[in-house]
Amino acid sequence: MSLPPLFPPFAGAVFQEDFSTPEGRLAAYALRLGDDALILGQRLSEWIGHTPVLEEDIAIANTALDLIGRARLWLELAADLAGAGRTADDLAFLRDGFAFRNLLLVELPNGDYGRTLLRAFLFDAFEVERLAALARSPEARLAEIAAKAERESRYHVERGADLIIRLGDGTEESHARLETALGELWPYVGEMFLSDPLEEGLAAAGIAPDPASLRPAWQRRVEAVLREATLPVPEMGFTHRGGRRGVHTEHLGHLFAEMQFLQRAYPGLQW
Amino acid sequence: MASEEWPLFEVFIRGQHGLNHRHVGSLHAPDARTALLYARDVYTRRNEGVSIWVVKSSDITASSPEDQGPFFDPSNTKIYRHPTFFDIPEEAGPM
Repeated sequence: MSLPPLFPPFAGAVFQEDFSTPEGRLAAYALRLGDDALILGQRLSEWIGHTPVLEEDIAIANTALDLIGRARLWLELAADLAGAGRTADDLAFLRDGFAFRNLLLVELPNGDYGRTLLRAFLFDAFEVERLAALARSPEARLAEIAAKAERESRYHVERGADLIIRLGDGTEESHARLETALGELWPYVGEMFLSDPLEEGLAAAGIAPDPASLRPAWQRRVEAVLREATLPVPEMGFTHRGGRRGVHTEHLGHLFAEMQFLQRAYPGLQW
Repeated sequence: MASEEWPLFEVFIRGQHGLNHRHVGSLHAPDARTALLYARDVYTRRNEGVSIWVVKSSDITASSPEDQGPFFDPSNTKIYRHPTFFDIPEEAGPM
């Protein structure tokens, strides 16, 4: 997958990927980590005030805040390394869709609550492995954030597994809904394990894990949970891709309409 | 709403400094394991505790308000049960 970014560099871009220097490559990688967390955090926070029960409302808000908290750290790092005087807020609120580098999986609409939990679980099971590997990185700026975030993700994945098992092995309706969601989300999970020249280079230098190397642990965890949830384990086949080079689904723009509206309409507004 | 069918659990949390578990509130959950997860999210968001107990509210046997008199009044007059009749030696310092 060495296709170029959807849009070539242009003057005035809030964040410019620069693969020619070590700092630039690190910034580009931190941006991916930040975008994954930011977009999923935004999706989960859409549920606040709308979950089926009060206790879930607080729990999912906590999870969303964990993700947005780590997105801030990754995007701050990306902004610092890029050295263009931008802030994490600039990167979150002033970039357009083609400049986002998140996985397509995390930008998909929530659907029902079961599908929201399942998507988060499929991602968390990957995120926890990625962060564990990054926490051992010789690049201290990555390792520090990863170590903090890994502890949070361990809880997310545990909570998620619990709920997936309950819903899958629950009523006829909850089982059917989860099975449908699994079929819809599965064609997006493969993108997590794809690599490109940036991540190949970082992996070769021992700075970040090769995404493909995270797959066996992910698969073991996910398959065990799906089995216990009495859900079928789908075959790995075709996967949608494109997030890492800015080719997104049509859903991302709708997410921005909510997430970026204030800073776009009232630039620099504070509260 | 589903929570109307879920039983109520009372939540007890032990704070940072070796204190006893204290009652902090209650929540609805389908079972004890989930109650524990919810308690973690609802009651320990600000690092309040190192240990959580959850107990089904229906499993708690409580004294009833009507019994308050016969239950507690008799001890009012038994002031000798309070350790207030000792002279504390000065060396012991404030107790």
